Amino acid sequence: MSIDTETARKVAHLARIRVEDDALPALAEDFNRILGFVEQLTEVDVEGVEPMVSVTPMQLKRREDVVTDGNQQAKVLANAPDAREGFFAVPKVVE
Amino acid sequence: MSELTKLTIAEARDKLRDKEVTSEDLTTACLEAIDGAGVLNAFVHYTPDQAIAQARAADAKLASGDAPAMCGIPLGIKDLFCTKGVPSQAASAILDGFRPEYESTVTQNLFDDGAVMLGKLNMDEFAMGSSNETSTYGDVINPWRRGNDDAALTPGGSSGGSASAVAADLCLAATGTDTGGSIRQPAAFVGITGLKPTYGRCSRWGIVAFASSLDQAGPMTKSVRDAAIMLESMAGHDPKDSTSADLAVPNFEAMLTGDIRGKTIAIPREYRMDGMPDEIEELWAEGRKMLEDAGAKIVDVSLPHTKYALPTYYVIAPAEASSNLARYDGVRFGHRAKLDQGDGIVDMYEKTRAEGFGDEVKRRVMIGTYVLSAGFYDAYYNRARKVRALIKKDFDDVFAQGVDAILTPATPSAAFGLGDMANADPVQMYLNDVFTVTVNLAGLPGIAVPTGLDRQGLPLGLQLIGRPWEEDELLNTAYALEQSAGFVSKPAKWW
Repeated sequence: MSIDTETARKVAHLARIRVEDDALPALAEDFNRILGFVEQLTEVDVEGVEPMVSVTPMQLKRREDVVTDGNQQAKVLANAPDAREGFFAVPKVVE
Repeated sequence: MSELTKLTIAEARDKLRDKEVTSEDLTTACLEAIDGAGVLNAFVHYTPDQAIAQARAADAKLASGDAPAMCGIPLGIKDLFCTKGVPSQAASAILDGFRPEYESTVTQNLFDDGAVMLGKLNMDEFAMGSSNETSTYGDVINPWRRGNDDAALTPGGSSGGSASAVAADLCLAATGTDTGGSIRQPAAFVGITGLKPTYGRCSRWGIVAFASSLDQAGPMTKSVRDAAIMLESMAGHDPKDSTSADLAVPNFEAMLTGDIRGKTIAIPREYRMDGMPDEIEELWAEGRKMLEDAGAKIVDVSLPHTKYALPTYYVIAPAEASSNLARYDGVRFGHRAKLDQGDGIVDMYEKTRAEGFGDEVKRRVMIGTYVLSAGFYDAYYNRARKVRALIKKDFDDVFAQGVDAILTPATPSAAFGLGDMANADPVQMYLNDVFTVTVNLAGLPGIAVPTGLDRQGLPLGLQLIGRPWEEDELLNTAYALEQSAGFVSKPAKWW
């Protein structure tokens, strides 16, 4: 399977990373090298094997469904590039 | 004063308890050593005021008696750990200016025991790299050099700053994290001990996530005994990490007898790679002999899926990374790109991430995006998870045969030159982790122990792999290997 520049463009957009047009061919080449390396997994007989979910079989712990944290608006917003009136501010989302 | 920074944790603990030194003495000596070692670029954020305050508090605790072993020990902390009020950037420009409002569980555990933080340590960006060349802070330099050649060598990665700082005696020990070999490979490159515990032994809460099913924190120390002492402090169940194990943390140090008579150590034949340097082969054979002479029984075993570990890793780790790193969007923390008139929110995401992430991180996020995308999820991601189950089964089968530990080389070579891999394709760099990555995929504990020097005078290490949750046994076997190898070399100070 070979990744062309159009696929590279699509993947970059899905990943929300801006890649300029002139950088797409090199990116596609990198993808092909890495996916070419990964291709050897097709040799492995995985018939009947369950995909691993967790390395250690463990039961997830449960706890009471109660509020344990909160009331930290200032701390939550402290690192925001743009916070106003207690909210994260972003460019217009809806036209 | 500078002799103080050379102490192991165990030596310093004894001197602190005997009132021969104070934590403030130790801390001051380390801060001076750090000041003189800027060229190594290991420490990237300094916290001297906090360090002195913590040292004084530790001294008070020591004076009152009954202080834990880590009390008053000056440490370096990898930049991947969130430390309250102190820059924590995972060596990425996208987290420029980020100062967490909280403390990671592992660092909190260390501080609760009285440990002192000297500052934050350089690393590969988001722990993605094997040479510490992907950091926004620039390369870390290995304190070791080849003979009289002054070419700058890599300390390995991703915990390169931790490795360099411990090897150069800038701190007594450091925290590291290991997703595919990021504690063990750099430890081997600088001649120190590096332990990756069983997945779940240390809480991941507050550690910047790379690949959540593989990431695990561990100690990077000057001796196996120190790794035992420091792990005991770092480890433990944490309700804030649902994958952290609710198991008692043993006194690991108490297990260090060096007696491994009757233990079974396995040599896996698949770890003999084509083109492996003779020196690595010899080191491995010597290690085998050392353990045999110490009374262990050596058996040859097969781990048939070993060759598929790296390709499996390079599906699973990027997939998890693409998901984990989605949070860096310029909204809640860190960098946001300057926007042009009319730019919408998608432009903000795309520009922010293009500016904030380095090339290797972008590459892995996009590979991860691709293998998880509609139409490829089964072919890549699910297949890799199935092969991962087979890799783990290989280990389960060997342990079921009565094997106590597995001995392998830690790395396929000694430390290489910074820039040597600049033109290599990305896969070449990935091969650095060929001996270590299997351990992450199977969730096992693994430790790198320095056992020799190559012909150019660079350190080489061996890796021991243990049964899950049996770090105590693993540390004891590593202790026996350390005793036999008697590795005491230090880099000649040139910085």
